[in-house]
Amino acid sequence: MIPASQTVAGAKPGDMVLPEKRPKGLIAPKETFESVTEDIGSIVLTQKSPRAWWFGAAVAFALLMLLLCSISWLLYRGVGIWGINIPVAWGFAIVNFVWWIGIGHAGTFISAILLLVHQQWRTSINRFTEAMTLFAVACAGLFPLLHLGRPFVFFWLLPYPDTMGLWPQFRSPLVWDVFAVSTYFAVSLIFWYAGLIPDLATLRDRAPKRAQKIIYGMMALGWRGSAVHWQNHQSAYLLLAGLAAPLVLSVHSVVSFDFSVAMVPGWHSTIFPPYFVAGAIYSGFAMVLNIVIPIRKIYRLEKFITLRHLNYMAVVMLATGMMVSYGYVMEAFMAWYSGDIFEQSMMANRAFGPYGWIFWALMVLNVILPQALWSKRIRTNPLALFLVALSINIGMWVERFVIVITSLHRDFTPSAWGMYRPTFWDWSTLFGSMGLFATLLFLFIRFLPMISISEVRKLVSEEKEAQI
Amino acid sequence: MAQLFRRRFNSIARSGILVLILLLLGSGWLLHAVYWSPYTTRETVPLEQPVPFSHKHHVYGLGIDCRFCHTSVENSAFAGLPPTEICMTCHSQIWKDAPMLSPVRESLAAGLALRWNRVTDTPDFVFFNHSIHINKGIGCATCHGQMDRMPLTWQSHNLYMKWCLDCHRAPEKYIRPRSEVFNLNWTATNQLSLGRKLVVEYQVHTEQLTDCSMCHR
Amino acid sequence: MNASSPEKLWRSLAELANPLEFRASRHAEFNSGDSEPHKVNRRDFLRLMGASLALAGLPACTRQPIERIVPYVKQPEELVPGNPLFYATSMTWRGFATGLVVESHEGHPTKIEGNPDHPASRGATNVFHQASLLDLYDPDRSQGITGNGEPDTWENFVSVLSDKLDSQGAKKGAGLRILTETITSPTLLNQLQLLLKKYPEATWHQFEPVNRDCVIEGSRMAFGEMVETHYYFDRANIIVSLDADFLYGHPNSIRYARDFSARRRAPQPGAEMNRLYVGESSPSVTGTNADHRLPICAGEIDGLTRALAQRVGVDAVSEHIGLPPDQQEWVGALAVDLLENRGASIVVAGENQPSAVHALVHAINHTLGNAGQTVTYAETAEAQAINQNESLRSLVRALKINAVDILVTLGGNPVFTAPPDFGFAEYLPKVKLSVHLSADVNETSKLCNWHIPLNHYLESWGDARSFDGTASIVQPLILPLYGGKSAHEILDAMILAPGRGDYEIVREFWDMKSNGDELKWRRALHDGLFEGTSASSKKVTLQAINLPPLNQRLAEPALEITFRPDPTIFDGRFANNGWLQELPKPVTKLAWDNAALISPNLAARKQLENGDIVEIGHEGRRLRLPVWITPGQPDRSVALHLGNGRRTVGNVGRRAGFDVNILRNSEAWWFADGVEIRKTGAKYQLVTTQTQHVIDSEDRQIFREGTLTAFQNDPEFVRKNSESPAASNTLFQPQEYHYDGYRWGMSIDLTACIGCNACILACQSENNIPVVGKDQVARGRVMHWIRLDTYFSGSAANPEMKHQPVPCMQCENAPCELVCPVGATLHDKEGLNLQVYNRCVGTRYCSNNCPYKVRRFNFYQYADYETPSLKPMWNPNVTVRSRGVMEKCTYCIQRISMARINSEEQNRKISDGELKTACQQVCPAQAIVFGDIGNPDSKVSKLKRHKLSFSMLGELNTRPRTTYLAKLRNPNPKMSA
Repeated sequence: MIPASQTVAGAKPGDMVLPEKRPKGLIAPKETFESVTEDIGSIVLTQKSPRAWWFGAAVAFALLMLLLCSISWLLYRGVGIWGINIPVAWGFAIVNFVWWIGIGHAGTFISAILLLVHQQWRTSINRFTEAMTLFAVACAGLFPLLHLGRPFVFFWLLPYPDTMGLWPQFRSPLVWDVFAVSTYFAVSLIFWYAGLIPDLATLRDRAPKRAQKIIYGMMALGWRGSAVHWQNHQSAYLLLAGLAAPLVLSVHSVVSFDFSVAMVPGWHSTIFPPYFVAGAIYSGFAMVLNIVIPIRKIYRLEKFITLRHLNYMAVVMLATGMMVSYGYVMEAFMAWYSGDIFEQSMMANRAFGPYGWIFWALMVLNVILPQALWSKRIRTNPLALFLVALSINIGMWVERFVIVITSLHRDFTPSAWGMYRPTFWDWSTLFGSMGLFATLLFLFIRFLPMISISEVRKLVSEEKEAQI
Repeated sequence: MAQLFRRRFNSIARSGILVLILLLLGSGWLLHAVYWSPYTTRETVPLEQPVPFSHKHHVYGLGIDCRFCHTSVENSAFAGLPPTEICMTCHSQIWKDAPMLSPVRESLAAGLALRWNRVTDTPDFVFFNHSIHINKGIGCATCHGQMDRMPLTWQSHNLYMKWCLDCHRAPEKYIRPRSEVFNLNWTATNQLSLGRKLVVEYQVHTEQLTDCSMCHR
Repeated sequence: MNASSPEKLWRSLAELANPLEFRASRHAEFNSGDSEPHKVNRRDFLRLMGASLALAGLPACTRQPIERIVPYVKQPEELVPGNPLFYATSMTWRGFATGLVVESHEGHPTKIEGNPDHPASRGATNVFHQASLLDLYDPDRSQGITGNGEPDTWENFVSVLSDKLDSQGAKKGAGLRILTETITSPTLLNQLQLLLKKYPEATWHQFEPVNRDCVIEGSRMAFGEMVETHYYFDRANIIVSLDADFLYGHPNSIRYARDFSARRRAPQPGAEMNRLYVGESSPSVTGTNADHRLPICAGEIDGLTRALAQRVGVDAVSEHIGLPPDQQEWVGALAVDLLENRGASIVVAGENQPSAVHALVHAINHTLGNAGQTVTYAETAEAQAINQNESLRSLVRALKINAVDILVTLGGNPVFTAPPDFGFAEYLPKVKLSVHLSADVNETSKLCNWHIPLNHYLESWGDARSFDGTASIVQPLILPLYGGKSAHEILDAMILAPGRGDYEIVREFWDMKSNGDELKWRRALHDGLFEGTSASSKKVTLQAINLPPLNQRLAEPALEITFRPDPTIFDGRFANNGWLQELPKPVTKLAWDNAALISPNLAARKQLENGDIVEIGHEGRRLRLPVWITPGQPDRSVALHLGNGRRTVGNVGRRAGFDVNILRNSEAWWFADGVEIRKTGAKYQLVTTQTQHVIDSEDRQIFREGTLTAFQNDPEFVRKNSESPAASNTLFQPQEYHYDGYRWGMSIDLTACIGCNACILACQSENNIPVVGKDQVARGRVMHWIRLDTYFSGSAANPEMKHQPVPCMQCENAPCELVCPVGATLHDKEGLNLQVYNRCVGTRYCSNNCPYKVRRFNFYQYADYETPSLKPMWNPNVTVRSRGVMEKCTYCIQRISMARINSEEQNRKISDGELKTACQQVCPAQAIVFGDIGNPDSKVSKLKRHKLSFSMLGELNTRPRTTYLAKLRNPNPKMSA
């Protein structure tokens, strides 16, 4: 990659064929520092929330309540309220867990990795995706706890000096999960907050009400925007980015170990880590688009989140999507090539068994439809892009369903084969978790700048000198 | 406009961070303290009993052997609690009409059992077996403490699994000659060397002692 | 070699026909959604919502509650608190006694085992004996005497009864009737005789819905008198069963199973095996063990038998018998085989076959010279072997004409079990004083003036004869829980009020016999039986049999229905027994229901699927019930099971199954021809514990089998197929664990296993395994630690059936162990794969990673903490698991620990055979052997060195401690399989 300082003279706007040209059109040319600050800050400080916000927030909150009910019923009655059984001892809970963790990947990928490789276009979406990451990981974090038969003793998975003189069993991937996920959450949180600080200060300074001033002021941790502050901030931010970058790869790899370490046909596969990470970023970007596209419309942020942004994200999706598809092909190929009877019958059952239709749905949603992204017209058409992203999001959930359930319901011993039928509570927990996610997101939009003011201003300045 | 946060807020904020850390550590310590406190473990806490039976008087004072009352301790998982009859073998003669003993007399008369509060109580998923411990030279006092010094009976240890494992991991630290098992005041001159000898002599399979199946079924 | 490579095994016909379509169809079968019975209203819900959320964090901080400890006032002599005591007693099933040894903890019975010294048990039991323990503690048991529906007292009852009896004095008791079930108790017989002496005109009737009328009549036809036929299957090379389920349903089946498998257990290349031919009208346990099985309508067996008789040279049959070609061939080869094995073969006729068939079979056994060799005859153990249908009919006749003033029904439930055409239920109310003695308030109690709770056999004194006549003691282990009475006490009260307790009665009788020899009595109490009381064999002479003309079968499409006792709840007496209701029925694996068993072809012809409700019509009577497509069922025959659909029954039996008695009548007692069956379009949810599927390829190697000849040609054939990789064949340290002490292991002989389910219930009883109910079974959450897989192979019309008991394999490289995040399942130094319930957090990862799927999870709070009456039943040495923890078989770790402690206290090693697992101990076929594989001379090590030994899925390198001996069949080389 080329350092951001390098520029090539005579680069025309919209021209993005050669990588060494700094991409432009990432922000409407007429934007000034003032306008940026005003437009973004006012959403939080002065503007009345649009009707769409109220409507969305209401729906999200209702779903959150549904989640609350489901959880209390679960704790009261036990995991039996779900459709799980022997042999399918893991159901929606794990599917949702993997799905949410996956979604949580886009954030760190965009903010950390793209930052390290100086991709300017990340600036107007990174804040947003980081927040999304946090909320997604929060949702994901719920499920490993809830799916326990005895959630009250979850802390036995943590290494602490207990009264029994026992430690967790470190050979188990589930213990690795605990560390991977919690680390990921912690780092993402700090990273996100570090990025917020200058903007919080901005809000503090522009806030009309005293209460707002105080709250934002405290959160701004006494940021004064002095050169020293900026310098420390930048280096800290870069360091954190460096710290977060490997996590993007590690977390979903570890999650994939939950499966690949086991000997279940359809789980026991070395391709899982890379294929899970790709899938994670795939679904992550899909989720970003699903949220960004409506929001830029509602809050009229087209000037910050331009078609070019959408285009780039679509390209990333296309790339990761192809990797995921490769993964599917490899699974099938390996099953055949291994000559292992269990693998082969697993694959046959996946495609033609009782859950076969789900497998084919997966192929359509995750492999066929996204091929549309080859066309730039689709990539730059918000509505079309939104639909493709949606299909990918559903597709990725379905993928996890296929991996978890269809692998389990028919493994080695035919006499013990069974079926899995989700109950009402399976669904309510799934949609409930979406409620939690959306609620947090709506609150974020309402009370924090969803686009990094400081970074966009930096962008403006760079755009300016690029135009000179 | 006026300065919202004055200078000192910097120091407040900094100290705030410190306080936060202390709070976290403190709550951790508190939890630990509660867990290991007699409140939770009932260690050294005498229990209310229908009859204020004194081991001190009977064992130390009168020198009655443990097995006189706890009859099945040598050949059963359960040490056995004396049936009313056994109490009355003596108390039909001495202290015949001590008001303190009226529940015992009533029990025999009415044929209704005495209901004691269990002092040394392991959870239901722990299958402790007295006979094998006695047999392998673990003294009463090792777990029950100085019973002969207890006017009222209390639990001498927290009975946490960690405590059990302390011995199951290194029995030589506690094992004693079979002859001294019921001797509450026995102490070894050099426990470790004796212990190592006895562990071999009594064929204690140390490697097996920490199997979960030893206590949990 | 080809014989050794397993054929395509399959479980489901639809699967065989069209896998995809079938799989699709299975979706509709179960409704999703939490149909748990548990309901809470809104208020509760909101309350618990807060509560449970709050609780989620807390419980870690709760203190252990203070428990009470309650010593005896006077401690019983031989009782050492904490140590179990064992008492010999016996239970009657179908009237005949089986000797038992019952374990008792601080005075409550907790486990039932067979009495090794008892001829009818030899240490084994069947499912009914195991389950009878639950009956003792059943909360729905009748808990008090009622007179005309009102709670009343024994004293009142006795006074009322004696008043009525006084009035009978004049009529010599002409109006007095006693109705019992099949009776073998010497004391009871003696009492009845005394009563009949006192009231000469009184009559004693006997009735059971599953009776042996045909056996009795058949014997009379052949020998002119009723003699009991005893078979010695261990002496026979060729065994022919004509619709006889002698391995499961016969009163002496436990003994027979042992003898039968004696000639099949762990066969050596040189050894001989017996050969079993079964012609049967519905797949039975015996049929699944057949080397040659012929699905044949019950009504056709008469013809088949006559043809066979003709071929082996019985002169009774003159006319020519025309048989369908398949039967023709079968009989032909069979006859040859029999004639080659004169004196070393056995032909058995089913209890459901007409007397003529029995008579002929006696003739065949005589002609073949089996009589005296493999078949002997003796006095029957029955107190009075009579035609019970006739007996009940005569009682009803008397009822009709108001000739009955007093009817005392001792046990049984004739109102439910006697088919409508008897009219018993109809005329019973006409009796002035009707008394019913029964364990629960059932249909009959409802119609009687007086109901007296019957004591469980573990609550009362008594005696009974086993099938071979051995007088066995029924000894109580616990005082009557609900102050019930025994038949002895009622009869005694009738002979001379107020009557004595059952101990005095029984004791008096035996003192009389042994003229007061105390020692003899004590010995009997200790052994559970009186030495040398078995019936002496009897010389019989075969009479000229004049056969009735062979009844002509009705032409297609007329169908046949057959009635048979339910394999788990029998004639309905066990309908309220959760263990038996949830026990998967042999072959079909149905639980909690009965169904009309129909053949795949019939199903195809009528477009029927499993669970489709059909209407079966016969002579104007109609019955609606769901069908279950059963491979091996004759195309023209539909099997119905008695005992289901009880109307007056406890909570467990309610809404379980369909009452088929409507179709039964005294003419169509065991089977009837000319039945039509019609699809109604309605559906009903039937649940099975084995979802039907295929072992879809030869390479799975889960079940290995071959023929005896193949084995003799190539003893290594089992090993030829894939086998476990070398222990060193791993990236990790090959010996992760070192075993210096015992190394527990198990070997299960698939040839010996007859598939009787006894191991499942023995395990359930020993390990406090809960009952989960129909809904949970439907969701695939049955809890049995050892399951009995049944696979079919070959044609759908007449498949080979094979059983495979699957407990935990106790892998040395256990996949479950390394995935548990808290180390709740791990190895011990003896190689057991432990499950630590109190450490388990319930991730269920271990189950996912278990290739054998032998782990069971408590999805809800299955163990019943509420019902007080069930608690004393729990095995105090096994943790009662709570919600959210995984559980599984650990080779009865509690027994191992006990044995280890005892042996160490005596400074010795546990000797081979001293320690038995529950499943091993109960197995009548002795198919399960457990022991120390570290000791090369132990029985189990020898079996593991056996040529037929293989480990299930061994190629996964799990190194299971449980291994199998491949199944061998011994088909007739001259016959096409």
